[in-house]
Amino acid sequence: MPLLRAILIRLATTAVTLLGVAVIVFVVIRVVPGNPIAMMLPPGATEDDIARLTALYGLDKSIAEQFAIWLSGVLRGDFGTSITTRQPVLSLVLGRLPATLELSVLALLIAVLLGGLAALTGTRARGTRAEAAIDIANGMALSVPDFLWGLILILMFGVVWPVFHISGRVSPALDLPFASNFYLFESLVRLRPDLTADLLAHMILPALALALPLAAIIGQLLKQSLKETMHLDYVTLARTKGYGETHVILREALPNAVLPTLTLIGVQFTFLIGGTVIIERLFSYEGLGNMAIDAVINRDLPLIQGIVILFAVIFTAVNLAVDLAYAALNPRLRHG
Amino acid sequence: MTMHLNRRNLLQLSAATVALSAAGLPASAQIDELVIAYNVTLPSWDPTVGPSAVNPTIQGIYQSVFDQFILQQPDLAPAPGLLTEWGWNEDRSKVVMTVREGVTWHDGSPFTAEDVAWSLERAANPETGNPINFIWSTLGNFTVEGNTVTADVLRFEPTIFKWMYFLTGYVLPKAYYERVGAEGFEAAPVGTGPYMVDSFERNAFVRLKANPNYWGGKPEFDTVTIKFVPDAASRVAEVESGNSHVTLEMPYEEYDRLRQGGALTGTAIPISDIGMIFLNDIDVMLDPNVRKAAVLAIDKQLIIDRLLSGYGVKIDTLQTPEYDAFDAAISVPYDPEQAMALLAASGYGPDNPVKFTIQTTRGFKPKDYEMIQAIVGMWRKVGIEAEIEVYEIAKHYELRAADTLAPAAFYNWGNSVGDPTTSTGFAMFGPSPHSVWDGEDLIAMIGPLWGEADEEKRIAGWKAVDAYIAENALVIPLLQYVQPILAAPGVTVTPHASGALLPALMTRS
Repeated sequence: MPLLRAILIRLATTAVTLLGVAVIVFVVIRVVPGNPIAMMLPPGATEDDIARLTALYGLDKSIAEQFAIWLSGVLRGDFGTSITTRQPVLSLVLGRLPATLELSVLALLIAVLLGGLAALTGTRARGTRAEAAIDIANGMALSVPDFLWGLILILMFGVVWPVFHISGRVSPALDLPFASNFYLFESLVRLRPDLTADLLAHMILPALALALPLAAIIGQLLKQSLKETMHLDYVTLARTKGYGETHVILREALPNAVLPTLTLIGVQFTFLIGGTVIIERLFSYEGLGNMAIDAVINRDLPLIQGIVILFAVIFTAVNLAVDLAYAALNPRLRHG
Repeated sequence: MTMHLNRRNLLQLSAATVALSAAGLPASAQIDELVIAYNVTLPSWDPTVGPSAVNPTIQGIYQSVFDQFILQQPDLAPAPGLLTEWGWNEDRSKVVMTVREGVTWHDGSPFTAEDVAWSLERAANPETGNPINFIWSTLGNFTVEGNTVTADVLRFEPTIFKWMYFLTGYVLPKAYYERVGAEGFEAAPVGTGPYMVDSFERNAFVRLKANPNYWGGKPEFDTVTIKFVPDAASRVAEVESGNSHVTLEMPYEEYDRLRQGGALTGTAIPISDIGMIFLNDIDVMLDPNVRKAAVLAIDKQLIIDRLLSGYGVKIDTLQTPEYDAFDAAISVPYDPEQAMALLAASGYGPDNPVKFTIQTTRGFKPKDYEMIQAIVGMWRKVGIEAEIEVYEIAKHYELRAADTLAPAAFYNWGNSVGDPTTSTGFAMFGPSPHSVWDGEDLIAMIGPLWGEADEEKRIAGWKAVDAYIAENALVIPLLQYVQPILAAPGVTVTPHASGALLPALMTRS
């Protein structure tokens, strides 16, 4: 019951948070410089033309009125129409969301794999040159920002050794039999290894660029946790029972050491999704982040609002999921 | 569970990586499918409505799928397109247009004069949201007879036919559009252009198939993929890696490096975009000596040579040599001594500089901020202390429309039809929302030219306006931009002076 109560409270606070985000975003993007109507004015436009276009896009009303209209639309599932694409905002953002989610999840998997591997290997080889090498690699991965990793990867695997695609999400020449925009997921479900390979060849570099800094953080924290756990009595007891070092690390120390890392992964995952904005642009990947930059450049106010609200929903949902997972895994929280 | 990373595992991993990476990478030897890395994305397929309709950079994609009323050749000159003849009647109360016969839409239906009349009527209707409505609404009461379209001139507009190969001047299919509506047209656009849309992924790519029935002849490449790659570094990597065959708009240093490397060919011609500095008639800019000194103190050629690797053409009016009202006789020298003398006459000098703010974008155009930095440095030497304020291009539009730009503001102006109304006219005519110079003398000079029916007199009038502007330093024209295009050795690109990159003008080498 305490868990259920906690969930209900979290859901209520999430709703308030989202409303707050909506208000802030709505007001801020109308206050910051840049008028979408001024951007589309042709040479020779008259005051009447300006007034006509302003009214056409509903920008002639007060901010409060605009917000009320927008909010009532959102509550009915209508996020408005994009100024630049003249398409419904909801269908645009939902159409791009799968691409960003797939990229983020792939990046997270790579980060967990690399970070976990680094932590486990470093712990196993503690005190040796291998541990020092892993620490140095970790430091490098952490100190270089994701967009710079992107440029380095483009140079290495796009130009010097051109083995991966450096732009887009899928080869344009391919016929895609997909029913949804979860291309990678569908290619796996439909057992189409040709499409899976093509998608991965496009996604691997942006995912790696996103993953490397996160992998370093995971590696550092997990290794530190393992280091502390390895000195606990029950681990010593396992050793005295004659278990090998690898068994002790994986079976005895890791289950306890992994909890703080799990929380960190949840928090960092939201930052990772935020990082897709730059990385998607760099790799011309057709996700939400790329769309967000275009929306900002064009001052496409309804689209900016839709994207920010969706990002806010994702962030709060991920945080909620992490809290729940943590509660489920931690007996002290599970039982109140 | 134990983990072993040995040599065999590593080799297996490498083999898997290579197999994975081989999937779908384009072959470099034979170019069957042309791939272009484009610098902007395509937000909407309707070339007549919304902000993308007036975005000059996107016009190359639109012109691949749709035809304009009148064709514009690579040197900016008009040529018969869907209209084979056009003109006014004798008293200029009507326009008469002859429509090309034997043309079909991409869906196979015949293109007719009704399509032309409907497209013009639709553009003139304020409800459709055509941003150039103020031009199209000068025509009305269309009648169609055979392949001839006639319309009444509601207000004489001397540039009306030039707009027919400029922004929003496209012919759309009446029957198809009315059948599928705006949403259906967005999902499956149909034009009469050299290429048909095969597939489109927003923010990613558009794949085009050659139109076998194109009235101008089938294009050379059967399939063209235009990838949207907004990041310049990524575009360079695209052509360098062989993932794309053609790209445009990269830093000039990169252009030189890749072209001189021999792996790629390059073309760089002056296009119809210019760089300029608006002067707002406020504060110190009301002093003619300050304005004239600001103009005379700028060594434009040095900026072009040092900052733009020589890629640019110095200009002294808002007309480039390709424009109709270009007058080579109007010239403003680089003369810092004269600039100092003028400032001294107004009580300014290096020890007592005149101060104002100059606004500029940073990274919107090649070396925009750096150019302004260099100009501020040149000004400092003669006694002008300008403070640089960086703003986004959206902010520039907003300030300019509200006539609240700083005393000086850098901007780039495009005018691919080359008419003086769409350069000097709109940039310098006080009542225009694009002008920040409100001097009555200039308004009086420009006013009568808007409706001038005598073309020779009209162009002469604009040349006189340009001379007056140069003499009184009412704006600072800087340079005509050069557009760099890189291509794989198997492709020959014919550049278009409008800056539009057109796949239909590309051939196999």
